[in-house]
Amino acid sequence: MQTSTQPRFGTEELSVFYGTNEAVKKINMEFPEKSVTALIGPSGCGKSTFLRSLNRMNDEIASARVAGRIWMDGQDLNDKNTDAVTLRQKIGMVWQRPNPFYKSIYENIAFGPRYHGTRGKKQLDEIVEQSLRRAALWDEVKDRLKESALSLSGGQQQRLCIARALSVSPQILLLDEPASALDPVSTGKVEELIIELKKDLRIVIVTHNMQQAARVSDSTAYFYLGNLIEHDDTTKLFSNPSNQMTQEYIMGRFG
Amino acid sequence: MENTKPASRGFARHRREDLIGKTYTYLCVLMLIVVIVSIVYFVASKGLATFTKDGVSLAEFLFGRNWNPTGDTPSFGALPFIAGSFVVSMLAALIAGPLSICAALFMTEIVPGKGKRILQPAIELLSGIPSVVYGFIGLTVLIPFISSLTGGTSVGYGVGAGALVLSIMILPTITSIAADALTSLPRGMREASYALGATRWQTIYRVVLPTLAPSLWTGIILGIARAFGEALAVQMVIGNAPFLPTSLVQSASTLTSVITLNMSNTVTGTVQNNVLWSMALMLLFMTFVFIIAVRLLQRRNKL
Repeated sequence: MQTSTQPRFGTEELSVFYGTNEAVKKINMEFPEKSVTALIGPSGCGKSTFLRSLNRMNDEIASARVAGRIWMDGQDLNDKNTDAVTLRQKIGMVWQRPNPFYKSIYENIAFGPRYHGTRGKKQLDEIVEQSLRRAALWDEVKDRLKESALSLSGGQQQRLCIARALSVSPQILLLDEPASALDPVSTGKVEELIIELKKDLRIVIVTHNMQQAARVSDSTAYFYLGNLIEHDDTTKLFSNPSNQMTQEYIMGRFG
Repeated sequence: MENTKPASRGFARHRREDLIGKTYTYLCVLMLIVVIVSIVYFVASKGLATFTKDGVSLAEFLFGRNWNPTGDTPSFGALPFIAGSFVVSMLAALIAGPLSICAALFMTEIVPGKGKRILQPAIELLSGIPSVVYGFIGLTVLIPFISSLTGGTSVGYGVGAGALVLSIMILPTITSIAADALTSLPRGMREASYALGATRWQTIYRVVLPTLAPSLWTGIILGIARAFGEALAVQMVIGNAPFLPTSLVQSASTLTSVITLNMSNTVTGTVQNNVLWSMALMLLFMTFVFIIAVRLLQRRNKL
């Protein structure tokens, strides 16, 4: 098997503090390659905070402190000597609300690659097309690349944000409730896209929608009050959870 | 039928209240409109009388370099003042613009909590200082300093001193507009840039500032408008000689400084008085231009 040579990505005793409040408590988790991991749990359970710490976005919040280790290819991403700016190129992120830059569709995608040294017009054109194709948006926007990204619909904007995240060829994609601000049709498109993208990426998705977790993910983790209660295969977790709390949460929502 | 009576009485009361409220607001708006229209009409009729009644040519007023309203052959070239007004305002904006935007960035991006708590009141204080105080400080501190910089070859009065004083005066205007714009920027915009591996400076230069460009320009234009209209502080440091400003340390004038200095020395209805009204009209017209520019920028900001 190839498993032993595949790089490992996961956390070890990862805690996040806001001031003195421990919002995420010593999480040990591994995210397997080419699979989607869903993080579920009630609001305020720490799942989004945990997700944000994976690409060190909590660095930008003055009161937040992250302890523990985030392993990627044998490197601790949470180490002080790890450059957050470089690691973020490897770990893309998409948020709940589409947040395109106030620039053209083309410039939204070309923004990241430009920073990482790609200057040639031809190369950039290629990256833009490729990223938009991967985000299943190319056919809808190929004739209007110079138009403002804000002229797109909400669902298109969200796929543009996914394309933008893909533009720097990340190995991991973090999705923070990527479909919760979208209508059912756009949600369906984003879900299809997630399943398509996991062929070559690790994906971690936070979602409030348990049907969505069941539809798109391979494994699901249930968070409660900053603790990881249970992490298992999605089918197993939803049909036969080993923890009573998980079961109650799932039943409460479904029942 | 009788059942509906109490309800209809309430209905009548509601209608009456609505009518009173409506009448009141309409009256207020009407009064405002009357005031605005009469001011514009008054300034325009006085200002245009220079050209219609007194026969001064518009070309001479706008492009003439010679200002001698009381001479044997009076001339009314206001170009030196128009140029003076533009030069001091633009220079002031040139100095204050970058300073204000950096101050706003410091307050909102670099040290959001503390920076804002300390800088905000300081900047509000700056905007509360009366213009005569600014002028007085400029006169007492700045003028001797500029004079010594030129090695005593100049007294220090001029558009340079005027622009410096004005730049401090418009600093709060631009800073607070820029800071408001920066805080209104959705957090997601910055995060998206960080998440792509951009540094904080790259994020500021490539995302924050371009996105907010229309708002920042609005702040700068409002600053220019304020500088353009400021009279007292400028008059105290500019020197008030009726010459085209050719050097930063040469005595010059602005439209406002000429009006304040001469208005009490002229008799109403004379050409000397009317030509001051023409300058007032010019100021009014420029304000109008600035407001239109801001409107256009705001429309662009909405995208």
